[in-house]
Amino acid sequence: MSELTMVKAINAGLRKAMERDPKVILFGQDIGRLGGVFRVTDGLQKDFGEHRVMDAPLAESGIIGTAVGLAMRGYRPVLEIQFDGFVYPGFDQIVSQVAKFHRRMAGSIVMPITIRIPYGGGIGAVEHHSESPEAYFAHTAGLRVLTPADPQAAFLTIQQAIACNDPVIYFEPKRRYWDKGEVDESLAALDLSAVADPWRARVVHTGSDVTVACYGPMVRTCLEAAEASTDISLEVVDMQSISPLDLETLASSVERTSRLVVVHEASKSGGVGAEIAARISEKCFYSLEAPVIRVTGFDVPYPASRLEEYFLPDLDRVIEAAEQVMRY
Amino acid sequence: MAEDRVRAVQLLTPEGQRVSHPDYDITLSDSELRGLYRDMVVVRRIDTEATALQRQGELGLWAPCLGQEAAQVGSARAMAPNDFAFPTFREHGVTWCRGIAPLEILALFRGVTNGGWDPQVNKCGPYSIVIGAQVLHGVGYAMGIQFDGAEDVAVTYFGDGAMAQGDVNEAFVFAASFSAPVVFFCQNNQWAISQPRDRQSNVQIYERAAGFGFPGVQVDGNDILAVMAVTKVALERARTGNGPTLIEAYTYRMGAHTTSDDPTRYRLAGELETWRLRDPIERLKVYLARQGIADRSFFDQIEQEGEELAEHIRDGVRAMVPPRPESMFDDVYAEPHARIDEQRSEMLEYLSSFQDSVG
Ligand SMILES: Cc1ncc(C[n+]2csc(CCOP(=O)(O)OP(=O)(O)O)c2C)c(N)n1
Ligand SMILES: [Mg+2]
Repeated sequence: MSELTMVKAINAGLRKAMERDPKVILFGQDIGRLGGVFRVTDGLQKDFGEHRVMDAPLAESGIIGTAVGLAMRGYRPVLEIQFDGFVYPGFDQIVSQVAKFHRRMAGSIVMPITIRIPYGGGIGAVEHHSESPEAYFAHTAGLRVLTPADPQAAFLTIQQAIACNDPVIYFEPKRRYWDKGEVDESLAALDLSAVADPWRARVVHTGSDVTVACYGPMVRTCLEAAEASTDISLEVVDMQSISPLDLETLASSVERTSRLVVVHEASKSGGVGAEIAARISEKCFYSLEAPVIRVTGFDVPYPASRLEEYFLPDLDRVIEAAEQVMRY
Repeated sequence: MAEDRVRAVQLLTPEGQRVSHPDYDITLSDSELRGLYRDMVVVRRIDTEATALQRQGELGLWAPCLGQEAAQVGSARAMAPNDFAFPTFREHGVTWCRGIAPLEILALFRGVTNGGWDPQVNKCGPYSIVIGAQVLHGVGYAMGIQFDGAEDVAVTYFGDGAMAQGDVNEAFVFAASFSAPVVFFCQNNQWAISQPRDRQSNVQIYERAAGFGFPGVQVDGNDILAVMAVTKVALERARTGNGPTLIEAYTYRMGAHTTSDDPTRYRLAGELETWRLRDPIERLKVYLARQGIADRSFFDQIEQEGEELAEHIRDGVRAMVPPRPESMFDDVYAEPHARIDEQRSEMLEYLSSFQDSVG
């Protein structure tokens, strides 16, 4: 076991994936000598060479579009988009090509592309550097969407995302990049699918009154709320996989608590929370004692950084929502 | 790097020597020359002050334009009042020349706003952070000028890194196709964060224009006279219905990419030393002094002016408070919107619940 930040944990996971499979290549802006603006790929170019860790020209559509061709050629590209707000120039290639290629080729070609995107707010950044665009991708058939909440999960799921034969949009919660946690690197030697299923949600805090579904950066926030909530007992479920959603794990929690609050940073309307709420209403209609409540960012462009604390769900807003569902 | 294919137009050598060029020349009055010097000194002072304020935690981030003052001031001062500038986040010299108050710029980097000035007033668009996006906007604006039968020109600013972006290449296609009155002003400061120019362009940047069907010219971006001369020709070309020009201002990013960046990880200190000898301000200063256009008291006076502005900026930035939280619901839509109203009320109600419990 070693104590690692999430940055170091993803770095270690990338390293394992590259050691395991020579077809794994990294492609992105400033990921080589600089090691990426967050240093997630630090040292990898030095150790694996310029042909496996490649600095890309400044063009997201180019990075993603060429990855399709590389995948057709048998490579397993792991792409870095520098910030959430810069994925959109590559959106067409992701939605129309990466997501649909396998189907269009009647299954004869796989698209084992992993697109890593640091996402979310809370770091005091300028415009376009704090967005949570996961719903666009979760809405797209053919894509899988994963987001780790802590270093151990990041270490494992990045390797599983890379090993997956489907394209995976891998959202890294940048405000949690520097959080430290215990990471068992020896697990990489095992059959990873036997260690933990990345597509399953995880109950990360048990409780009895209200289930709180969350993912990525909000997991820590919700855990803090669970610790702080003395009157109401919160059960925190880290969804981890945003697409597909593991509704079985969530529903079995909701069947016990009868109440659900969903938390994410992204804007409310048309967000992942809406999907979770609808599906849980279908599945758990007879168990629910209250409507599903969402605690989210507002339906506005991400605000200037000095206002972000008012946009982002925090401990107080989570507890207030729990109180609200308890009043039914 | 193909240094041998550098063909930069130069009118003032790094040593401050006035030289001639077969195709380009410029005649400026003494007071115009002193004005250009003043602009560059003041812009540099704003820039260094902003870097200092970021270090003190007063700004979230700063993108320094250190070393690029001649490229920015020279091109922006060549523009007519009704021409329209489309800047990126590093164009503090351009916004200065367009009359945008420095504190408006600093407000962005302090994080109290994501926007601000009305582009119509100073004919200057917002800072574009998404690389290349504003170049297409500039072409569209130029098409509008053309449809209106007006004689204005759009000037789009972008970097060497942006040369790779699809939007920029599409902008070239549209501008050529419509013969739009636009000037593409690319500051090749040699780096796009950690990437050298040749990662984006295997030929000199100005050479790319030929393939799109319009002229490209490379200018010594640290020579304000040459930058102004070349920009004036491109503006005139556009104004008289002859279409776009790509100007490559060959310069250097003397500072870090932003205050979050550590350039020692990817570039050698020697490079910086080479470019320090080509400083844009120093060479104009030598020229002005040698020609007797400006003397010691003028230089002192400008320095003093810079200090006063720096103090104004310091005080102004420290006094900037975040806007009301509910202002995030302002201007999301131009027409009334029920969901926005509902969420604004929710926020206000939530915030007032704290007020109650405290008071
Ligand atoms: C679409 C997009 N992708 C990535 C980024 C991140 N980024 C910000 S500046 C920059 C480099 C820009 O280089 P260049 O165009 O040469 O301008 P300079 O920074 O040198 O002024 C990058 C990659 C961005 N802002 N927008
Ligand atoms: Mg550059």
